[in-house]
Amino acid sequence: MDEFVTLPTVALVGNPNVGKSTVFNALTGLKQHTGNWTGKTVDSAVGTVSYRGDRFRLVDLPGTYSLSPASPEEEVTRDFLYHASPDAVVVVADATCLERNLALVLQVQAVTNSVILCINLLDEAQKKSISIDLEGLSKTLGIPVVGTSARDGCGLCDLMREVKTVCSLPNAKPSTKTQTDPADFTRHAEEIYKTCVTQSPSRRANLDRTVDRLLTSKYTGIPLMVLFLGVILWLTVVGANYPSALLSHLFTALEPKFAALLTALHLPQIVVDALSAGMFRTTGWVVAVMLPPMAIFFPLFTLLEDVGYLPRIAFNLDHCFHCARAHGKQALTMCMGFGCNACGVVGCRIIDSPRERMIAILTNVFVPCNGRFPTLITLITVFFAGSNALFSSFLLILLIVFAVLITFLVSYFLSNTVLRGMPSSFVLELPPYRRPQIGKVLVRSLLDRTLIILWRAITVAAPFGLILWIFANVRVGDTSILLHLANFLDPFGHLIGLSGVILVGFLLGFPANEIVLPIILMCYLAGSGLSEYESMSSLHTILVQNGWTFSTALCTILFSLCHFPCATTCLTIWKETKSIRWTLLSILLPTLVGITLCLTVSTLFRLFT
Amino acid sequence: MKPLSTLPMGARARVISVVGRDSLRHRLRDFGLIFGTEIIPLHRAPFGDPIAYLIRGAVIALRGEDAENILVSPINQ
Repeated sequence: MDEFVTLPTVALVGNPNVGKSTVFNALTGLKQHTGNWTGKTVDSAVGTVSYRGDRFRLVDLPGTYSLSPASPEEEVTRDFLYHASPDAVVVVADATCLERNLALVLQVQAVTNSVILCINLLDEAQKKSISIDLEGLSKTLGIPVVGTSARDGCGLCDLMREVKTVCSLPNAKPSTKTQTDPADFTRHAEEIYKTCVTQSPSRRANLDRTVDRLLTSKYTGIPLMVLFLGVILWLTVVGANYPSALLSHLFTALEPKFAALLTALHLPQIVVDALSAGMFRTTGWVVAVMLPPMAIFFPLFTLLEDVGYLPRIAFNLDHCFHCARAHGKQALTMCMGFGCNACGVVGCRIIDSPRERMIAILTNVFVPCNGRFPTLITLITVFFAGSNALFSSFLLILLIVFAVLITFLVSYFLSNTVLRGMPSSFVLELPPYRRPQIGKVLVRSLLDRTLIILWRAITVAAPFGLILWIFANVRVGDTSILLHLANFLDPFGHLIGLSGVILVGFLLGFPANEIVLPIILMCYLAGSGLSEYESMSSLHTILVQNGWTFSTALCTILFSLCHFPCATTCLTIWKETKSIRWTLLSILLPTLVGITLCLTVSTLFRLFT
Repeated sequence: MKPLSTLPMGARARVISVVGRDSLRHRLRDFGLIFGTEIIPLHRAPFGDPIAYLIRGAVIALRGEDAENILVSPINQ
């Protein structure tokens, strides 16, 4: 690692969403995730790059519009430039929006002489009939200028050649340190832009406007948004059914073989049972239920992200967040929450105002993450929709709309109580639409997101399956520990339309929401002597045999939507807020909302049935 | 001279001044919006607010209450 520290440091700086991470990935071979929206990278990433025998340390800094910081992640960038004095700074600029990017170049030049300008997205600029005089720019600015299309790897060699040259020069601070008015940078950039860039009218730019009008207009904006969501959910539900059943059968078939293998190893029967019926079965369940929906949902979601649709969602919904006195960018963090609430909480850094950031953090858990989708889909399918996938996805949309409404209401509540205040200013860039890299999206979202989350689930599910089995089989008196706990919680569980076992499921599912349903099943299966479940229909039978009704299913769905965040999310909230009090509130708030909802629903059911 | 929020969609105007909060002024300056910058309202969000504006080749969304703080003078075509 020592060698790593002594390598020449090259910093990547630039406006948000100009493809810094794409350049970074292309050079280092790492897989920092990219997306077409402002603020995708909130942390700086570090990697190494080799060029003709030399190695460099490459630092991908969070996107910034200027060096006079307005948000925490912009501060990171400024501090790095001022204090870490990198050997070279590569300013990555968007060729389709060069004028504003040039202002940042000038600001960086006021801090260091070792600057290289990398004009990225040249291919997009060409489509928009923008032509850039790279040599002229280089002369005017007095720094090397390289044109790239990082997505296709064009121009990266030239970039590294310039990096090597600049790194070999002594690192000098600019001699003229005149305190200029920040607006001067903008004016200067405008002059340079006028001399070096020519743009003929293009159909592409007009096409972007037309698409925008369609996706964000009064009559079509919201319906199209719901339609996209519906299509994604429908594809997920339909597509996941078959592979889920297949995997489930596979694991059921493998379990006796696994047990036989363990027996052959002369392990005691009790250990064999614990490992096969406990660890193996729970893990198998989690994989069978989680993998297929994730493998479909994530790529589709990433596709929308790559095209540049997410900022349009923020634009469409901003008015609602405004009414709740929250920030429109909360829509972006909410969307991230669909993937993983912990990621959503980290993403809240893109919100500048501390008050509104806290609201976004505290309410993120109200959108169901991928760990909860399988539970929701399974319960909806088993109890409400049957095998009708269209109806399943429709109910799921209703549920998500409901989750978003709860988010608005709770945000409004927080704005008027503990986080009182007026909304701050809202300035959001709507980036140009970009052709998604379908192949890369598939591979990357499958490998990076799906497998990572799946791995996390398995590493939690496997040991927990074992612990659970022990809980379910070690008896104190004449019942197991698990049932003791369930019996203890039963009165309260029934009061809010659930049961002791379901509450145990949620409590023990704290490490990961994925295992809530497996825990519940394990309680039932251990008690009834049933040894295996086979399909959705047998699941229905098991649940009904254990006293589940429509009301129970509905309350479980609602409680799954609104309850304490999972362990990872809690830890993330604590890290982000650095406060035990806010973390506790983030646990209490959704739990209380969930209990209230369940109590209301179950009371209504009791009254009318 | 009038507030940006009163400008009809598609009308071109030049920024005369930005009043109100410093944070807003700084943010807008970062986006290249200073005295003399040309700005065009493009389209409204489904609920009428915010509005997307074309500023120096980029599309930037601003809320009505922020746009009220930006004074512009329309360019006659």
